[in-house]
Amino acid sequence: MALVEIRDVYKSFQRDTQKIDVFTDLSLDIASGSFTALMGPSGSGKSTLLNLIAGLDKPTRGSVRVGGADVSAMSAGQLAAWRARNIGFVFQSFNLLPVLTAYQNVELPLLLTNLSKKDRAERVRLALDVVGLSDRADHYPRQLSGGQEQRTAIARAIVADPTLMLLDEPTGQLDAKSSQEVLTLLQRLNNEFSKTIVIVTHDAHAADRAKSVLHLEKGDLIEKAAVA
Amino acid sequence: MKIPILYNVRSMLQRPYSTALTALGIALVVAVFIGMLALANGFRVALVRTGSNANVIVLRKGADSELSSGVGRDVASMIAASPHVATGPDGRPLVSPEVYVLVPMGKVFDTTKMANVVVRGVSDQAWIVRSNVRVVDGQRPASGRAEICLGERLVARFPHTGIGQTMHFAGRDWTVTCHFTAAGSAFESEVWGENEQFMPVFRGDVFQSITFRLKDPAAFEDARRSLQDDKRMTVDAHRESEFYAQQSQLLGRILAILAWTITSIMAVGAVFGAVNTMYAAIAARQPEIAVLMTIGFKPGSVLTSFLAESGLIAAIGGIIGCLLALPINGLVTSTTNWASFSEIAFSFRVTPLLLLNGFLFAVVMGLIGGFFPAWRAARLRVVQALR
Amino acid sequence: MKYLPLVLANLGRHKRRTILTIASVALALFLFASLRTVVTTLDAGSRFGGARRLVALNATGLVFPLPLAYANRIKAMPGVHSVSWANWFGGRYGDGKRFFANFAVDPESYLAMYPEIVIPPDQKQAFLQDRTGALIGKRLLSEFGWKLGQNVTLQGTIFPGDWTFTVRAIYTPTDPAIGDDVLIFHHEYFDERIGRAGIAGWYIVEIDDPSHSPAIAKEIDDAFRNSSSPTKTGTEREFQASFATMWGNVSLLMGTIGLAVVFAILLVTANAMMMSARERTGEVAVLKTIGFSDRLLFGLVMLEAGVLALTGAFLGLGGAKLLYKATNFNAAGFLPGFSVTTATLVLGAAVAVGLMLASGLVPALRAARLPIVQALRHVE
Repeated sequence: MALVEIRDVYKSFQRDTQKIDVFTDLSLDIASGSFTALMGPSGSGKSTLLNLIAGLDKPTRGSVRVGGADVSAMSAGQLAAWRARNIGFVFQSFNLLPVLTAYQNVELPLLLTNLSKKDRAERVRLALDVVGLSDRADHYPRQLSGGQEQRTAIARAIVADPTLMLLDEPTGQLDAKSSQEVLTLLQRLNNEFSKTIVIVTHDAHAADRAKSVLHLEKGDLIEKAAVA
Repeated sequence: MKIPILYNVRSMLQRPYSTALTALGIALVVAVFIGMLALANGFRVALVRTGSNANVIVLRKGADSELSSGVGRDVASMIAASPHVATGPDGRPLVSPEVYVLVPMGKVFDTTKMANVVVRGVSDQAWIVRSNVRVVDGQRPASGRAEICLGERLVARFPHTGIGQTMHFAGRDWTVTCHFTAAGSAFESEVWGENEQFMPVFRGDVFQSITFRLKDPAAFEDARRSLQDDKRMTVDAHRESEFYAQQSQLLGRILAILAWTITSIMAVGAVFGAVNTMYAAIAARQPEIAVLMTIGFKPGSVLTSFLAESGLIAAIGGIIGCLLALPINGLVTSTTNWASFSEIAFSFRVTPLLLLNGFLFAVVMGLIGGFFPAWRAARLRVVQALR
Repeated sequence: MKYLPLVLANLGRHKRRTILTIASVALALFLFASLRTVVTTLDAGSRFGGARRLVALNATGLVFPLPLAYANRIKAMPGVHSVSWANWFGGRYGDGKRFFANFAVDPESYLAMYPEIVIPPDQKQAFLQDRTGALIGKRLLSEFGWKLGQNVTLQGTIFPGDWTFTVRAIYTPTDPAIGDDVLIFHHEYFDERIGRAGIAGWYIVEIDDPSHSPAIAKEIDDAFRNSSSPTKTGTEREFQASFATMWGNVSLLMGTIGLAVVFAILLVTANAMMMSARERTGEVAVLKTIGFSDRLLFGLVMLEAGVLALTGAFLGLGGAKLLYKATNFNAAGFLPGFSVTTATLVLGAAVAVGLMLASGLVPALRAARLPIVQALRHVE
């Protein structure tokens, strides 16, 4: 069984008076432990697909199952709890809370658990260690570089040990060097820690680092052969 | 070059809730301000109107109110004979000796709420000497009868006050024969009856005050000196208007202090609210400000523009506050004037001047609140803002 | 409260806004507490009264005296333990600007009836033995700079002339409703100087059993009903209560102003909360993506409003309580025992909670209902 199973999904939006079909009859499997890049031109529905997998949005028809759970049928409250346990999401524009330190930002998902303060501290330190920012724990986002902010966001995404990591254009706002750092980190997470990773990206370099690439064009999936 | 006020108006409309909340906060402060000063004003005016510039009130020396005074019949005759006293159309001197006592009465809606009501003994002359008094209903009490006339303000607030009804005090029954008005002054809270009827029941053969009309209002000082120097009597003479104005000082001052204290504290809170609003507004409009300055508007213009905006919001609040306070004008209330220990009813008085003051108060609050934010806006560095 | 650091960090985002809002709430609640305390103080004063003390006045009115001869007749009635009398003097000191109560009493019987007036024994003796002595409340020491043994002269208003007394004793009241700024002197001296045969302003009658008060009051009034000075007797509490009502509808006035004040501050707080909420829609979306539930976000916003309201309440209410205590405020004698009661503090806290709910509700609902995907689009 694949980690993510998308079956016969039809998704449309109402924009003013126009109805826009994003997907008609999309089916897709994402295997556990895979590192998939989703590419495609603007408006092809990449972000929408990511949102569907994360349970941030519901398909108009069809089903989305993640780890056996039918995400498309859960209530908002159930989805929130489910996301907290199972998904690590990273945005293009970092979305760290500017009023919190790196440590506190990373800690956020753990506040939703019943862990004691001590246990939370342990995991936060571990996460920051993995992304290489242990010495920046007490810095505020404005004191971090773009790459460091993104790595903090990644630490936040892994601190609760989720099964699936979803990243929407993670290198979109970074310079070349920072992009490399981030992508190397993602590879490490996939190889050493067996995290299943799906990234939406325009960046060819990012796609190179992935193990498989999916192309979306006007809502249709065109799979390319896995890159060695 | 001045930034057009239309820009500010449009921006205010784009943040309707924020603008409305701030204006309303200021409106409430202004309403309380006007309301409380109207209360103080009403009380003061009721008392000031009670006394006339042309009259002199004579009390026993050292007495600070009619209540604590006592003058004999002989004094009344001596004063009547004084050359300073004006004569009426019938040739009689315009001198009004009066009995003044306080009688406890229960109020109409709750008879356990007691008030010390002024009961004043008068002679025929009183109705002329007190020029603002007018009988509006019924007939004046007849001589020799246990009859009384009631001030208009008493009528609604105490029981058994209709014409023909009977009130009971000092162990006797008194028939109400008329109601009178007195230009909203303290007399309207009094019970009037014949001196000779009241003397035996109350304090015996002694008056509490003697009020007379000056032949020459400008000659008050001469009149006063001649009376106070007269060795046959130990009296103080006061100009009636000053006397009653003085009686209003204690409570009047309390009410004024209360009004200013409360509104000041409220105003600080409202100003803080305005400061918050303006800072947020400016923060959100940083790019616009930068553009304006790039176009060529000077920082001084930016400063004035935002000050004007803050002032405008406050002005709107001021107008709303005035409208909120307006309905209380004329509302009748009562309290005890501690200076004379007597119950006095008066109405809230909202004057155009007071409304204007309230409005200006609002604008000042707005300008104070908007000052620092506006200065901040003016000192914005263009490059920073455009980022 | 593991979420508190998050809430506090959010409030710290705009320190100036947070401080100004808290200050507004503090000011409003300070005012609220002050206004309410005026009402509670008058109310407490009106409820003062020994259970065993009756007051007999002239039925015609407080301003009319009673013959001193009544004293013996009242004393002889069954159930009456002792009788004393007092006369309102109404004297002024200096320029008369600082009003204070002063009256003549029959000292031995009066002081015996009022254990609430506490005097050091040696001073009490000195006062009782000096016919022109004065017993003063301790506030008058600081108010006028008087000292023990000093001569003070009052201007009589009702009873004219200069009246000189020697300060022989200083009392401390055990009940705050008895002002600590009263001057008491000997009725004997008063009688002497006014030359008139004995008059009393009012009688205080101490009875053996409080349950007999209505019966004894009636007996006293019946005894003098047909004389030239009929009496009206009631419990001391009724007597005190009638003074409180003389102010007029104070509680209505204070209540209305209090309402306006609270409402005005509600507007300020709600505005601040709304501004903060508007700036943070993106962050709310991120938190929801991480897995913060709608309900949790609702609670976080309410908590934020709560911190503002309760901090302001603490400062405002606490400030009022401390200020009035520290300055020993009594409104120049008009409001003796002016002190913020616990009930007022509790009411103030309730108002703060109400403030929190009212100002936080709209932003909290908005945060809870924020549609994640649309909000995220604004962020990117």
